[in-house]
Amino acid sequence: MSAVGNVMRRSFVPRRGGGVPVGLFVAIFAAMILIAIFAPLIAPYDPDRQNLLGRLKAPGTEARDVFYLLGSDELGRDLLSRVIYGARISLSVAILSVLLSGCVGTALGMLAGYLRGWVGIVVMRLVDIFLSIPAILLAIIMVAVLGPGFVNVVFVLALTRWPRYARVAYGQTLSVAEQPYVRLARAMGAGPGRVLFRHILPNIIAPLSVVATLEFGLMVLFEAGLSFLGLGVQPPMASWGAMLSVGRNYVSNAWWIATFPGICLFLLVLSVNLIGDRLSDYLNPKSR
Amino acid sequence: MTDAQTLEIRDLSVGIGPHDVVDGVDLSIGRGEIVALVGESGSGKSLTALALMGLLGGAVRQTGGRATLDGTALDLGDDAAMRRLRGTALAMIFQEPVASLNPLLSVGAQVAESLVVHGRATRREAWDRAVEMLREVGIPAPERRARQLPSELSGGMCQRVMIASALISEPRLLIADEPTTALDVTIQAQILHLMRRLRDETGTSVLIITHDMGVVASVADRVCVMYGGRIVEQAEVHRLFADPRHPYTKLLLATIPRMTGGHKSELFSIEGRVPDLADWPEGCRFRTRCPLADGKCAERPPLAPPGSDPGHLAACWHSDRVEDLT
Ligand SMILES: Nc1ncnc2c1ncn2[C@@H]1O[C@H](COP(=O)(O)OP(=O)(O)OP(=O)(O)O)[C@@H](O)[C@H]1O
Ligand SMILES: [Mg+2]
Repeated sequence: MSAVGNVMRRSFVPRRGGGVPVGLFVAIFAAMILIAIFAPLIAPYDPDRQNLLGRLKAPGTEARDVFYLLGSDELGRDLLSRVIYGARISLSVAILSVLLSGCVGTALGMLAGYLRGWVGIVVMRLVDIFLSIPAILLAIIMVAVLGPGFVNVVFVLALTRWPRYARVAYGQTLSVAEQPYVRLARAMGAGPGRVLFRHILPNIIAPLSVVATLEFGLMVLFEAGLSFLGLGVQPPMASWGAMLSVGRNYVSNAWWIATFPGICLFLLVLSVNLIGDRLSDYLNPKSR
Repeated sequence: MTDAQTLEIRDLSVGIGPHDVVDGVDLSIGRGEIVALVGESGSGKSLTALALMGLLGGAVRQTGGRATLDGTALDLGDDAAMRRLRGTALAMIFQEPVASLNPLLSVGAQVAESLVVHGRATRREAWDRAVEMLREVGIPAPERRARQLPSELSGGMCQRVMIASALISEPRLLIADEPTTALDVTIQAQILHLMRRLRDETGTSVLIITHDMGVVASVADRVCVMYGGRIVEQAEVHRLFADPRHPYTKLLLATIPRMTGGHKSELFSIEGRVPDLADWPEGCRFRTRCPLADGKCAERPPLAPPGSDPGHLAACWHSDRVEDLT
């Protein structure tokens, strides 16, 4: 293999494992975050500006001074701008629901693992119950009851997903709490709060962050699924999932409406999952 | 020196399920006294110490006993009350030095922990005192070491870090569970010297748990010998070495290699092994392995003075025949 090839290999392909160029996917993920943050600077047009004379234009066409790089949708809105703004919704729903469910799940799991006794039993039975119901079904039912909308979607996703973190935090806390260094901290007078936050939490954060990464991809998909069913964030705001849902009606004559958001979703979830996998390999080399 | 008692415990029992792993232990430690607790692996030494710190947990429960610290009653089961004493009046050093340090915190922060927890110093002062303490336990370049993680230190250094973390609180009672096992002979001597100095300077009482009769001889004032969760003999150190009155003690002493050269600290090896918790016999628990055992031993012998010295206690029906054992 050529020298250049070797350098490429070393920077992109991990030493062991499936030979997936994680660096590339980290770059994709980072780019999407940046696009979401700087959407107003990047998007060529207002994503909500309708143009009834420019409906369903194919990618690369122009109508009334608007150049549709990725085509236009059924109301003549610029698809590129909508995809760029859609990143904001897809990503922020995922980030917020991961943060919320991660904090709640971790806190409950740690308490259950540290206190054990009836607190542990109650929390872990609740976890079992939640995890035995298909999560997407639970989410659909709850959104249907609470009504759609950004806040409700985040709330419902957090409510369905906290048990994943709780289960991991519980198991990890059980084992870390038995560690001699926790006993030493207690022997120095550290109370439960200090033991949990200063001595246990930092030592269990690694596996939890793996769960969070994998959950992130799932949250993007859940949000897309809810939006696809019309239960997600409401128009005119549109996430990639919602755009997919609209585009579905036009696949035969305007394939681009569903295709571009779909590709974005695919790349985002793929990147996050691969990053999560690699993170988990890196953090526990034994499980390879 | 040993008029005022720092710690007194009466009838301490610790159970795991239906079994008494520590069974009616009486122990008193005078002010500035160094008491050694010796016995084979599994005899309940660590559990006695953990009970004194109020750190039993899980399946292991204190099932009885009263304790006083400097004359004030202690409720070993009251976690909030015990927490105020841990890291102030009571400090403990544990068996596994490396595993006893948090892998993600700098050693300086861990030495300073008890001062910070109890708000006895600001973060800065606590850090400076931690560095000072690291210097005192013989860690070279303590300013630099204090910022390192435990994984960057050797096992011996971790042990000294843990000792520093206990000494920094200037406890009234220091419990040291095998404080020198992981160390080589020179550092071991240094640590024992440090403990004696601490005792001399601050009047701290020390309960030192060890397998090593060499350590006992060099540091302890008084010795308690434990077997099967009970104290079987207790005496002032020279008395115990010169005139053991329990067959178990006699056999323990016989297993010390002669002090030729630097090599000592052998583990005990007495005929047979400590029975499992469930298999302890009625009466004297040592009788299944004891060369002097007879029918009388099915009854539990009291811990009483076998001779005229009221400070020398042995729990054996045949303490007068122990001399004849070889
Ligand atoms: N958490 C626990 N759960 C169940 N059994 C335990 C627990 N801790 C200790 N034991 C048992 O209690 C008995 C006494 O243990 P302890 O640790 O006090 O012994 P030790 O005298 O300190 O021995 P060593 O010299 O090996 O440290 C042993 O038989 C041990 O197996
Ligand atoms: Mg022990």
